[in-house]
Amino acid sequence: MYEHLETAENRESLKRVVVDPVSRVEGHGKVTLLLDADNKVKQARLHIVEFRGFERFIQGRPYWELPVLVQRLCGICPVSHHLAAAKAIDQLVGIDPENLPVSADKLRRLLHFGQVLQSHSLHFFHLSSPDLLFGFESDISKRSIIAVLGEFPDLGLQGVKMRKYGQEVIRMVSGKRIHGTGAIAGGMNKSLTKAERDTLLEDSDQIIKWAAASVELIKTVHCSNLPYYDDFATIRSNYLSLTKPDGALELYHGGIRAKNDKGETIMDHVDYCKYNDYIHEEVRSWTYMKFPYLLSMGMENGWYRVGPLARVNNCDTINTPLAEAARVEFKAHGGEPMIHSTLAFHWSRMIELLHCAESIKELLHDPDIMGHDLVAQGEKRYEGVGVIEAPRGTLFHHYQVDENDIVTKANLIVSTTSNNMGMNESVRQVAAEYLSGRELTEPLLNNLEVAIRAYDPCLSCATHAMGKMPLQLELIDAEGKLIDKLVKHSDGQIERLDG
Amino acid sequence: MVKLNGLMVKPVLLFGYGNLSRGDDALGPLLLEYVESHCDLERIEILSDFQLQIEHALDLENRSLVLFVDASVACVSAFDFATLEPARDKSYTTHAMSPAAVLDVYQSIKKQTPPPCFLMSIKAEKLELGEGLSTQAENNLEQACQFAEQLLQNPDSEAWLQQANTKIKTLPLI
Repeated sequence: MYEHLETAENRESLKRVVVDPVSRVEGHGKVTLLLDADNKVKQARLHIVEFRGFERFIQGRPYWELPVLVQRLCGICPVSHHLAAAKAIDQLVGIDPENLPVSADKLRRLLHFGQVLQSHSLHFFHLSSPDLLFGFESDISKRSIIAVLGEFPDLGLQGVKMRKYGQEVIRMVSGKRIHGTGAIAGGMNKSLTKAERDTLLEDSDQIIKWAAASVELIKTVHCSNLPYYDDFATIRSNYLSLTKPDGALELYHGGIRAKNDKGETIMDHVDYCKYNDYIHEEVRSWTYMKFPYLLSMGMENGWYRVGPLARVNNCDTINTPLAEAARVEFKAHGGEPMIHSTLAFHWSRMIELLHCAESIKELLHDPDIMGHDLVAQGEKRYEGVGVIEAPRGTLFHHYQVDENDIVTKANLIVSTTSNNMGMNESVRQVAAEYLSGRELTEPLLNNLEVAIRAYDPCLSCATHAMGKMPLQLELIDAEGKLIDKLVKHSDGQIERLDG
Repeated sequence: MVKLNGLMVKPVLLFGYGNLSRGDDALGPLLLEYVESHCDLERIEILSDFQLQIEHALDLENRSLVLFVDASVACVSAFDFATLEPARDKSYTTHAMSPAAVLDVYQSIKKQTPPPCFLMSIKAEKLELGEGLSTQAENNLEQACQFAEQLLQNPDSEAWLQQANTKIKTLPLI
């Protein structure tokens, strides 16, 4: 572990290097390094510099607005927030998951598979494939999907089309590609028409084929340089995810399972409504993002990772054949019960992509998605918890309402928050093992971003302003004097400014 | 309507983009709402999103005419109407591509010239999160809606090109 690099002694005497912002992630974060006179890394931190306040400003709103309101948290995974909130407000109208109408349950699952498919495609092809195909320290002009489309046109286009297919699934189930509606308290507001079903079905085999090819691609990339891929940014950790009652991979609804780094079960089939009894959050002064941990193991040892790597590590099986075969091969490559390679997030993400593609086809053949029994009603309650496996990991929504149905309390634990310690540890591992003692250059610093990017962190939601973020590197000497500064302007131009 | 196989039903695409929660940035999507309630949509498909991204190039497939609508703080008059050409600007590295960059992606992946594309820019002033439209933007939107309504009554690329080439934008004489 690399926690000794979280806070350095004699910080005022160290040089400071800043990577701000971390690029090709959703939202805004920065990395700071403190170096001694020999460029040895003494401190490395990932800071999340956005302040959201969502939990606060949804208070005072009627509960039925929640599935629509919370989608504004994110332009990439709004469906996950939509569904987590919907699951929570189901409980407010007295409907537990097992009492949701069958058609509504399957439509929500279809919606969620579409969401995960488009999000995983976006992350792998648009954001990470340039690193994986051109190298972590490649020329900056190659670090975009456009470069991938130029040099690997068929592959790039497949990625774009898979994302678009996922968006079409979302659009047909919920009305819009992003920020649609669909889920309401106790069910869904519409089902699929036969025409919509047939249109989606037409392309489902092609999507499965491309998803399977994506698994092969990342397996080839990973295994072609196995020692490096298994070491880079790699840390040992606990893992947390939902699973089905039989231990199979589950993205929409299940019990909480946590395993330690040796694959031993910490807890299993835990009712997520009681998450507060098992998970607490720690606050640190240098970042807006909290640090969740398993209460039973304490703050120091109880932190865990979530997301594709956690889910594929934790589950006993996957209930679609191609993804299951891919999972078995993935687990076999590591030689121990859990795969800890941070870059294996990509491989596990593609296994989930394949699972989503297979599951979408399966659901499209199920007549229940065209059913009309869509909403159930029960007896009002004052508290609801909704948990779902979002693309980036386990997502918790917890609400309390008063007698007038107004939200009085909200608590959200988003996936990226659960990966906060993991990302920081990976940053510190890369800083210590790959950067320490070397003269820092922009391509070298991209290694830090590659480590963070593997987690697919989602730090914000879509705004036009995101495209205007500059990249700024500063080198400050021991007296605090700026001695070197590299700036990437919003138009992509790079300029060296005198210190 | 899935576009994997390139099939497309409606020949005209009206694509408004912007964030409804960010003041005048909502102008593009709001113009679409007007068109939805005032125009014959038999030959027009309406699409809206927060910003333009790579995959929107695929929305241009098999169109005969495309109109992008966006808010613009750089717009001099209430609105502007102009032709678009493919251009590899730097916006492709961001979350918010320019329409010209989307056309460039189309050209790259399809190996063909994109369909005739036009951009309607509506003058925006305030883009703050949580704000509504500014008074000036409301007036600009009203004028732009009338212009778009008449434009869409005659979805002909030559007529649109002529309109785009006139320096002062008035309601098209159709």
